[in-house]
Amino acid sequence: MNYIEIVSIIGAVIAVSFGAIFPAYSEGRAIAAAMEAIARQPEAAGTLSRTLFVGLAMIETMAIYCLVIALLLLYANPFVG
Amino acid sequence: MEASPLVPDILFHIGFVPISRSVVTTWGIMALLFVVLRVSLGTPKVNAGPAQAALEVVVLAIADQLQQVLNRDPWPYMPLLGSLFIFLGLANLAAVFPGATPPTGHLETPAALAAIVFLSVHYFGIRTRGARKYFGHYLEPNPFLLPLNVLGDLTRTFSLMIRLFGNMMSHEFVIAIVVFLAGLIVPVPFLLLGVLIGIIQAYIFTILATVYIGGAIGAVET
Repeated sequence: MNYIEIVSIIGAVIAVSFGAIFPAYSEGRAIAAAMEAIARQPEAAGTLSRTLFVGLAMIETMAIYCLVIALLLLYANPFVG
Repeated sequence: MEASPLVPDILFHIGFVPISRSVVTTWGIMALLFVVLRVSLGTPKVNAGPAQAALEVVVLAIADQLQQVLNRDPWPYMPLLGSLFIFLGLANLAAVFPGATPPTGHLETPAALAAIVFLSVHYFGIRTRGARKYFGHYLEPNPFLLPLNVLGDLTRTFSLMIRLFGNMMSHEFVIAIVVFLAGLIVPVPFLLLGVLIGIIQAYIFTILATVYIGGAIGAVET
C-alpha cells in the first residue's frame, strides 16, 4: 500500500468525522430552538416543522458533502492509478 | 474495495447502451404507476371507489402542503411537484423490494430530477412574471450581486442533487456493510430506518423544489 492511499484513507476519516461532529451539533441546536418555539406556540407547529425539515436538510447537505468527498477519496481517487 | 457504491450495476445491454439495475427499477416504477393510475383506476368518477378515495387523500395532502408553501393556488404546479413526490417516494422505497435498487441512490436519477427542477423554476418564473421582470430579479438588491445570484441558482440545484443522492447512497452503503458484518436479522432495523429516510427525502426534495418555484413566481422570499 503506497503513501497516497494511506493519506487518502486518513483524509476520508477526517472528512467524515468533522462532517459528522459539526452538522450534528448544529442540527441539535436547530431542533432545540424549534421545540422551544413549538412549546410556546403549539398552533404554529405545522409551519415550524416544515421550516425545520427544510433547514435540517440544508444543514445535512454539508455532512453529505463530506461523505461524498470521503467516498471519492476511497473509491474514485484521481491520484491512485 | 470491489463493491464500490459509485459504480452502477449493469444488468444487460441494449445494443451498445448498458442498462443498469436502477434504470430497470425506474421502468418498473413507471409501469406500476401507469398501470395503477390509468388502467386500474380508469377515469375518475364522482362516486369514488375505495382506490380512488385513497388516491384523493394523497393528492389533497400534497396540494395542501404546496398551498401552505406557495400561498396561492397549487394546482398549476401539481402535475410537476405531485408526480415528483409520488415518484420519489416509490423510488426511495424500492430498496425494500428484493432485486430492486433505489434509482435515487445513483447519481444519474437525482441529476436528471434536479435538472428538471432547475428548468421548470425558470419556466414557471417566466410564465408567471414575464421574462423581463423575472430576469430582473437577478439584479435585485444590487446589480453587482448578479454573479452571486447566478452562482446561488447553480449551487442550490447541485446541492438538491447531492442531497438526495448522498442520503440514499449512504443508506444503501450502510446496509451493505451491516449485511457484510452480521447475518440475517440484524439489517432489519436499518431497513426500517431506510423507509423513514426515503419518505423524508422525497418530502424534502419536493418541498425544496416548491420553495424554489415559489421564489421564482414571487410567492415566497428565498
